[in-house]
Parts: sequence; structure tokens; C-alpha cells
Amino acid sequence: MSLFLRLVFRNRLAGFGAVVLGLIMLLALLTPLLPLHPPNETNTANRFLRPLSEGHWLGTDHLGRDLLSRLMWGTRLSLAVGFAAALVAGLLGAAIGVIAGYAGGRTDNVTMRGIDMLMAFPYILLALAIVAVLGPGLFNALIAVAVVNIPFFARNIRGVTVGIAHREFIDAARLAGMGNARILLTEVVPNIVPVVVIAMSTTIGWMILETAGLSFLGLGSQPPQADLGSMLGEARAAMITAPHTSIVPGAMILLIVMSVNLLGDGIRDALDPRLRSGALSRPMAATRVERTVVPPAQGDGLLRIDALETQFHVGPRIYHAVNDVSLALDPGECLGLIGESGSGKSVTALSVMGLVASPPGVITGGAVRLRGEDLIGAPYEVLRSLRGRKVAYIFQDPLSTLHPLYRIGDQLIEAIRVHEPVSHAEARRRAIELLEDVRIPNPAERARAFPHELSGGMRQRVGIAMALANDPDIIIADEPTTALDVTVQAQILALLDDLRRSRGLAILFITHDFGVVAQLCARVAVMYGGRIVETGPMAEVLDAPAHPYTRRLIACVPELGAGRRALAAIPGLPPAVDDLPPGCAFAPRCDKARDACREGEIPLSGTARQVRCLFPEVAP
Amino acid sequence: MGGYILKRILSAVPVLLGITVIVFLIMAMIPGDPATAILGSYATPENVERLNRHLGLDQPLWQRYFTWLGNLLQGDFGRSFALNRPVLDEILDRFAATLILAGTAFVLCAFLGIAAGVVSAARQYGPADKAITFVVILGISVPSFFLGMMMILLFAVKLRWLPASGMYSIWGGGDLPDLIRHLTMPAFALAVVATGVIARLSRGAMLEVLRQDFIRTARAKGVPERRVIWGHALRAAMVGIIPVLGIQAGFVLSGAVYIEMVFQWPGVGRMLVDAILKRDILLVQGGVVFIAACYVGFNILVDVAQSLLDPRIRT
Repeated sequence: MSLFLRLVFRNRLAGFGAVVLGLIMLLALLTPLLPLHPPNETNTANRFLRPLSEGHWLGTDHLGRDLLSRLMWGTRLSLAVGFAAALVAGLLGAAIGVIAGYAGGRTDNVTMRGIDMLMAFPYILLALAIVAVLGPGLFNALIAVAVVNIPFFARNIRGVTVGIAHREFIDAARLAGMGNARILLTEVVPNIVPVVVIAMSTTIGWMILETAGLSFLGLGSQPPQADLGSMLGEARAAMITAPHTSIVPGAMILLIVMSVNLLGDGIRDALDPRLRSGALSRPMAATRVERTVVPPAQGDGLLRIDALETQFHVGPRIYHAVNDVSLALDPGECLGLIGESGSGKSVTALSVMGLVASPPGVITGGAVRLRGEDLIGAPYEVLRSLRGRKVAYIFQDPLSTLHPLYRIGDQLIEAIRVHEPVSHAEARRRAIELLEDVRIPNPAERARAFPHELSGGMRQRVGIAMALANDPDIIIADEPTTALDVTVQAQILALLDDLRRSRGLAILFITHDFGVVAQLCARVAVMYGGRIVETGPMAEVLDAPAHPYTRRLIACVPELGAGRRALAAIPGLPPAVDDLPPGCAFAPRCDKARDACREGEIPLSGTARQVRCLFPEVAP
Repeated sequence: MGGYILKRILSAVPVLLGITVIVFLIMAMIPGDPATAILGSYATPENVERLNRHLGLDQPLWQRYFTWLGNLLQGDFGRSFALNRPVLDEILDRFAATLILAGTAFVLCAFLGIAAGVVSAARQYGPADKAITFVVILGISVPSFFLGMMMILLFAVKLRWLPASGMYSIWGGGDLPDLIRHLTMPAFALAVVATGVIARLSRGAMLEVLRQDFIRTARAKGVPERRVIWGHALRAAMVGIIPVLGIQAGFVLSGAVYIEMVFQWPGVGRMLVDAILKRDILLVQGGVVFIAACYVGFNILVDVAQSLLDPRIRT
């Protein structure tokens, strides 16, 4: 609870709303005790006194009544009606929702169709019709506003109840022989109370506005009694000659509703776990860079990653996703980057073109050099012109990585036209050619398809075609076959290999599966806990892995026709990169770990074959 | 596609029938005798009874409903006793004015709201986002009738830029520029609340979409950021925004009642309030059914727009 309050008040606007609303409510409660004129005492000799007149701080209205007094009494009334309407609507709506959601089946269906029908009315029509039946009056306006808002509550609460009604503890209660009524009261209702309270707190503002509106139309409170809405309605006739009589009640409504809304937002945000974790922030166009030193180039080559460091800053925590990673890629070469999920391999790949989601991602060190030109911290326009043109990406799950609402042909055409000023027709011709290159049958026809109309393998071919659109020098393939069937996987790998040979592409192939890259790549780098633990020629690493982690990873790949053998899973989980232990990150899971492994930095040693281990399986 | 539209239209039929039932039942619950209301409290019992028979009020409820519904389907909404003219004529006269007002306000709030939401999301936590968020909170908290009155004070009384009320000038008006001058203030006052709501939801929808993988794909292709935001992201976010537009259309239509009162706009909302105060039942009944039917129709258009945008729901 105190955490909740802290969260609400951390939002300064919500705190402001709470204070203002509290003050207004306090004054409204104390109104009968304050030394005010009677609100309905008329004095026509003193009509339309301006604010700050003697004895009347806010002046008087068209009947010479004290505006301050009427304002306080009106506020009292408006607040009471607004809260009462919210309470009635919330309780009745929740009752309907709980019963419909819990009963399910026919009851649910019929109730919800009725609710849908009520929602088919613009709300004021229903309110007007109800007032027409009951006659004008504040109490009737309250009923109208409450009834109109019941469907909103019923719908929300039904949704929540359906979720709860299928949970295990409800089944358990039923098995324990509890009756429906008892289950509803003791198991379901306590779980939905918070939801109802939140829904009410966010709608009270609306209720106050709506009752004020009905009163303004003359359908709510009747003279001489006045709430804020009817004060405004009465003042309208004299709006031009005595504007203060309108401004005073109007500003009060605005103040009340605004503070309620600010507070309601604060409460909702404080309870939304996604907002708390910062998961709702949008990634910027390029990853944020906070780099102090630029490491010198270690050599040349098409693409060089030198001592790259990428972190995620989430609140006070820092996750070291990529820690001092260096890689090099030559033209026409395929480099495999292997590791479990969370090892930092994807983040390494995305850092190259500044595609790590930021916030929370920050590149804090290192360099990424494309033909010697450093890309970290390069201006956005430079990065953009290289993305897709020199360095293209193929992502894992093409259903979520292709835009669901654009035809695949149009997505290809766009990829071409953002880098080359060709005509639409020319781009379309090339798009169809590309689809043919990746062996999609009937390419002209398929270009008109939406992603969801294609199979997984076809979609991945589209992803590859898109990466090839501008004849890039480098393709970074981030687990491109993970979501596919084995046979399709083999086809895609063969396709990539063909393209590498025929176009001289350099490929950085990211995967968690040695089996996938064994044939495709000449060199391999193994990542663990954000670091490279071993790197070298593929055949050598496969034959004689030097790092215990690499050995275990290779042992995880089942071999066809190799007879039955126990597959050696690696016990334990990869480390959380916000709290890495000193020394070797793999030590807690390693069967060869000794005390020395848990102390101090362990360097990556060797030249062509490098390994980060004090006790390697073979000498590098 | 054609099949989808047809299906959607057919599914509206039970909703429309339900609406007529609800309206009819609510109106039937009005206490007191309609004939007495029409003839006044000095009418003789014989006259009251004769009028009741003439209006068909001596028949059972269900029969009255079907008679009314049958007439409704033939375009006969009955006669307004207070205005002494056919209900439908009165509604149609007034509805044109409301449509101009609410339609303009709706277009305004859709464009302004979505634009504000997109900018706000694209610059999350930046100064533009904070400014927009503050204006939005202000916008959804201000009573539209109060805002309208303040606008009249400022722009009509103080600055004398725009006319304070009505739809056309009495002298020498009647052309389009005249209409636009009269329309500007009420349309803005009416659009403010919905603009705020739409801006908020658009911001949320955009933030949701901007984290999706296909946005990263667009960026990886080298699509310029402006196009990523206003093309790729907004297009996908519209799937979430369009249903909200449908709901907000109802709120704009509702808010029109207040704005018509404040700006003396000769629309259907003012007519309804007057009819309620005079207990002109057939006029209320017909007006409510007519507007609700228009609203249902509009929501069919919204769904069709949605299906045009999102190929996945067409089947």
C-alpha cells in the first residue's frame, strides 16, 4: 500500500490532483460550518455584484444571491451526485458483469447482447430518454447517469470475471463442495474489487461532467437548489453582461474533473505493471550511444566489431548484455555466432546498425567499423542510408517481422525505393525478380499476398528477398530458421549458401544450434553471458572444442544415425547479466570449475583459435 | 469483401430491433396519461378517452409496439403534438444541421487527435509529449458547454471575430462562408473532448506498435524515421484507433446536444431537450430511434473501414 501511494505521488501531476481534490472535498464537507450567506437568500437590490465586492467575495448572481455560498453548496451537491452515480453504476454494473461472467453460457450471451444494445445508443440519448420518463430533477439525473454507465462496468467486469472463473482456485472451491453463491462471494468478488475501484476512480470525472451537463440543460437539479451545472445554466442568460457568474461555477467543474482525472491516471499508471517496468517506452530511431573511449582498429576487413559494449539501463539496474565483444567479417565469409538465449548474440548483431531498442539499450563502448568507417555514434542519416543498402538483416520470426498490413510486394518495393530513386514500375519488376531469386513460385502473384497468407518458409524467403533488395555487402541473419520445419530449414540454409557464393555476400549467422551452422560457416564464435568464450575455424572447434561450454553445447546436438546416446543437457540456467559473478560466467554450471575460475578477469587467449578459459579442454 | 459488408449489415438488424424495443419500453413507462398531457388537465374524461382511442393507446402494449414499428418501417414516425407536424419532417429538418456540426467536429477530432497522439508517442517523455499530455488532460476535463460559453465571450464578445450563435446570419447570410463563420466555434468546442480522448488512445496504440518487430524491420531496411512513424507504425496503430473513432462518434453526437444549446444551433439535440420538457413522446421516441439508427449505421462504416485496413479480418 505504501509502495502504491509512493508510485501515485511519484507522478507529480497525480499528486497535484490528489491535493486539489482533497482540498475541495474538505471544503465541501465543511460548507455547513463555514460563515457563508444562505445560498438561496435573494437580494435583488444587489444583483450581479462583481467579485471582491464587500460581503460577497465572488459577487452575486442574477437574484443577488451570494456566489461563494452557492458555489460551495453547489460543489457539495455535484460531488455527492458524481460519487453516488459512480457508486451505483459501479456496483450494479459489477453485479451484472460478475453474474454473466461466472454463469457463462446462455445467461452470459443474453446479458451481453442486451449490454451491446444499450451501448449502441449515444449515451446522452439514453440519459435523455430516462429523464423523459422520470421527469427532470437531480435525483433522476443521477439515476440516468448511473444507468447509462452500467454497460461500461458490466462489460469490463465480465471480462475480468471470465478470466477468474477459469482459474484453478475456483475449481478447487467447487471440488470442496462450496455452492455457487459462496464461491462468488468468497472467491470471485474479492478478486474483482480492485478492478471495480479503479474503473470507478477513472469514471467519476465523467459522471460529474454528465450530471453537470444534464443540470445545465435544465433536466437536473431544479431551482432554487443548484449544483454546478445548473448554476452555469442559469448564468448563461447573463453571460455577456456578468461573465463572472458563469466563470465561477464553470472553472470549479473544470478544476474538480481535472484533479479527478489526474489522480485517476496516476492510480491506473501505478497499478499497470507494464508502465512500472518501462516496457511501454518506444524505441528510438537509433540506439543511444554513451561512449567515452574509441578503441583503435584491430585490423581491417569488411566489418570489424571492436570491444563492443551494449547495456540495458532499466531503472537503477544495468544489464551488461554485450561485454567487450570483438568480431571480424571478410567479404564472402560466413561467421557463425552461437549462444543460448540471453547470451547477447542478437544484441551484438543489432548494435551494428544501431537497432537495439533504446530505451533501455545503450551502447557504452567499442567500435563497429564498416570498411574502416566507425558507425557507433554516426549521425542518424548516415546509419539510415547504410541500413539495408550495405548491411541487411534477416530476422527470426517472419510473421511478426513483416508488416502485417502491407502486401509483401509493396514491402519489397519500399525496401528498394528508400535507397534508390527508381520508378514504382521498375521497383516492382525488381521485387518480382527478387522473389524469383529466393525461389518463390508464381512471384508476380505472390507479390500481392499479405504475410499472413503465406507459409512460414515462404515468409522467411520474403525476409531474405527483402535483405537482398539492395545487393548489400553483409547480411546479418538472426536465427532465420528457428521458427521453421526441419526440411524448410535445410532449404533456407542451402539458399543462403548459394547466395553467399554467387553474390560474394558476407554473412553473420546467429543461432543457438551448432547443427545449423556447421555446414554453412567457415568460422564460429561462441558467446556466453555477454562475452565471447571461444572462437576459431568451424572444423577445429567442432573437432576439439577448447571451452567446456562449447564442448557441452556441441554435445547437445543429436546426431542422426549415430546410435543411441545420452544427450547431455547443461544443468542450470545462463547467468542474469545484471549481476555477473567475478571470473568465468560459466563457472557455476561447469563441471571443471575450480576456485581460480571465480576470481578476476579471464582473458581471451590465443590467435586464430581463441578461448576464454583457465583450464581449456585442449590447448588453443 | 462484399460478403463481409452484407454480413455486417445483417448483424445490425437485431441491434436496431432491440433499440426500438428499448426506446418503446422506456417511453411506455412514462407515468401519467399522454392524452391528458396533450389536452391539458382541464380536458373532459370523454375527450381524453376519445384521444386515447384515436392514438391507439387503449390497445395492449405489444400491439402498440408492432403498430408503431410497422409505421416506422414505412417511414411514418407519427405526429408531434407540440409542433403539430410529422415527426420525421421535423427530425430531417433538424438533423441536417446536427450532421453539419457533428460531422465537422468529428473530422476535426479525428485528425487533430490522431496527429497529437502520434507526435506525443514519437517524442515520448519529450517536451512536445508533455505539452500535448497536459493539453489533453485539460481538454477531457473541461465541460464542452462551459468551453463554448468562454469561446463566445472571447471570440464573439471581446474580439468580435465570429458570430456568437445561430447557423446563418439573419441579414445577407446563407452562403458557405457565412456557414463556416458560424460553424467554427461550435465545431471546435464540440471536438475538444473527443480530440483529447482520441489523442490519448492514439498515443497508447502507437507506443504499443512502435515496440513491435516489424517496426525494427522497417528501420533495418533503412526506411526514414518519418515514414516509419507516419506510415508503418500509424497504419498498424489505426487498427486499434478506428474502433475508438466509432465510439467517439457517439460522444460527439451526444455532446452536440450541449453545444446546440450554447450556440443556438438549430439541431436535433435542442429539439429533443425541448420535446422532453414538453413531454412530446412521439417526437422523443422517433428522434432517439433515428439518431441511434444513424449511429449504428456509422459503426457499420467504421467496421468496413477497419476491414479495408486490416486484411486479416476480412474473411
